[in-house]
Amino acid sequence: MTVLSGGLSPSGSLLFISEKDVSTISLYMQYIVNGLTLGAIYSLIALGYTMVYGILKFINFAHGDILMVGAFIGLLIYNALTGGEAAAPGAWTIIAFVIATLVSMVACGLLGMLIERIAYKPLRNANRLAPLLSAIGVSFILSNGAAWIFGTKSRRFPYPFENEPIHIGSITITPHQIVIVAVSVLMMILLASFVSRTRMGKAMRAASLDQPTSMLMGINVNKVISLTFALGSALAAVGGILASFDFRVYPSMGTMTGLKAFVAAVIGGIGNIQGAMLGGILLGILEAVGAPLLHIPNGMKDTVAFAVLIIVLLVKPDGILGKNEREKV
Amino acid sequence: MRILETEHLTREFGGVIAVNDVDFHVEKGLVTGLIGPNGAGKTTLFNQITGMDRPTSGRIVFDGVDITGLPAWKISRMGIARTFQNIRLYKDLTVVENVMMGLHFKVGSDPFRHRFSQAIRSYVFASRENREVYAKAMDWLSFFEIDEHAQDFAGSLPYGKQRELEIARALAADPKLLFLDEPAAGMNPAETAHLMTVVDKIRKLGVTVVLIEHDMKLVMNICDSITVLNFGMKIAEGTPNEIKHDKGVIEAYLGREEEED
Repeated sequence: MTVLSGGLSPSGSLLFISEKDVSTISLYMQYIVNGLTLGAIYSLIALGYTMVYGILKFINFAHGDILMVGAFIGLLIYNALTGGEAAAPGAWTIIAFVIATLVSMVACGLLGMLIERIAYKPLRNANRLAPLLSAIGVSFILSNGAAWIFGTKSRRFPYPFENEPIHIGSITITPHQIVIVAVSVLMMILLASFVSRTRMGKAMRAASLDQPTSMLMGINVNKVISLTFALGSALAAVGGILASFDFRVYPSMGTMTGLKAFVAAVIGGIGNIQGAMLGGILLGILEAVGAPLLHIPNGMKDTVAFAVLIIVLLVKPDGILGKNEREKV
Repeated sequence: MRILETEHLTREFGGVIAVNDVDFHVEKGLVTGLIGPNGAGKTTLFNQITGMDRPTSGRIVFDGVDITGLPAWKISRMGIARTFQNIRLYKDLTVVENVMMGLHFKVGSDPFRHRFSQAIRSYVFASRENREVYAKAMDWLSFFEIDEHAQDFAGSLPYGKQRELEIARALAADPKLLFLDEPAAGMNPAETAHLMTVVDKIRKLGVTVVLIEHDMKLVMNICDSITVLNFGMKIAEGTPNEIKHDKGVIEAYLGREEEED
């Protein structure tokens, strides 16, 4: 909008763009870059919500806290390997970062499967509200457990690489932003190809279409569900580690980020994997651009995400890529 | 040779005994009919055998292996396929995709027990594998003469065709034993006649078939052997001719139906 009014401003010719407009445009370009980074993290986390919903039709409200656990595990391993803040970024810190991320993914994957086994599986045939409440309980256990073990103090995740900002024109991009986007895109490509190309992925898709029928096709639905939780939680671990560059690591870090990732999943169409990716990126950009555009003070920034949620629910309740589900009688 | 045998199979629901001490057996390569009045326990017996439900007592032996109480997915993986009274298709997938589903999860193969090298190969050659599976699925569809509907959504097919698609998908998974639960229910005479040719084709493939059916003409025409249940108990078994002349059966079942006519 601003871009257009700059180009077509009545004060100048079509080609003339004032200096003020240039700085506004570059400012918004900067917001978009920042939004993309934020959105990539939302996407990674939203995938976990959407995959679980796709199969179990259930919102795993403990998912946000798994990203917190992932961030803590990643940070502890990274610090143990490098000595923490004091370590000068170099090849070793990058290797340590990769190791920390992989270990955290595996640990969170196992944690996700364990939670499903203990807290959700026994309730699979219960009232729909029961697993939801159980999930909220798990969420409290995880965040309070982390506070008990690690304390409530927030910790910084040191950059494992040189984080000198790169200037492209008037836009500033920091290497950690590039890492966030690159790692997220890599994870999403891996997940998408896993789901579409492997038999386990096909079993997952089949189970999300129709569980009883899939059981008849010889698909072990229990294992598919475990796998779904493992994959979603592993992605959340990556999301948590990437988020901790900007947000620091503390026991309740998963609450708001998790909630927004959930919003992203709904915007994209919950149950739809591409939808979660798109919804996350879109929400990140809307948040980064929307707040300054609408002059929303910094402390109220979070309202943008939820306003977007309300609008999407009113206009297209199934989300952008969600299909219109027929009412089941 | 007996491919399937139940010994003293019993299923109680509360105080109701739906299946009572039934010794049911199926000969390999034959078409076996399971008949009986409504509520005789036919579908319950099917559910016990295919793992949809656990028997209260008794044993089920399939191909020499005790399968009593195994989960449905394991039993289907061992080679028992079934169709349902109320059709269970992936309604939001196309006809050919439904059959591809059967091929992807063929009997004997377990998506979770793939050797790593195999998994990598199928990942790398996924699109080629998909093309092959697609071609095979189309073969199955032309075998059942529903290939013209290949790209339609399964849910949009006419009822009779949905039934045949369900059978095609079950067969695509390469089962040894196929259970058909009232395949002709809700079909018009032309569809029923076509179904008979379908069952005949399945028999020629060497797949053992067990079917529950109320259409006596169909049962008497295509079954090699018939077992009759009444109030959860087996009251007769034999060839169609023997069953036709069995006093107990006529009393319990056929006789009553003739009176209604």
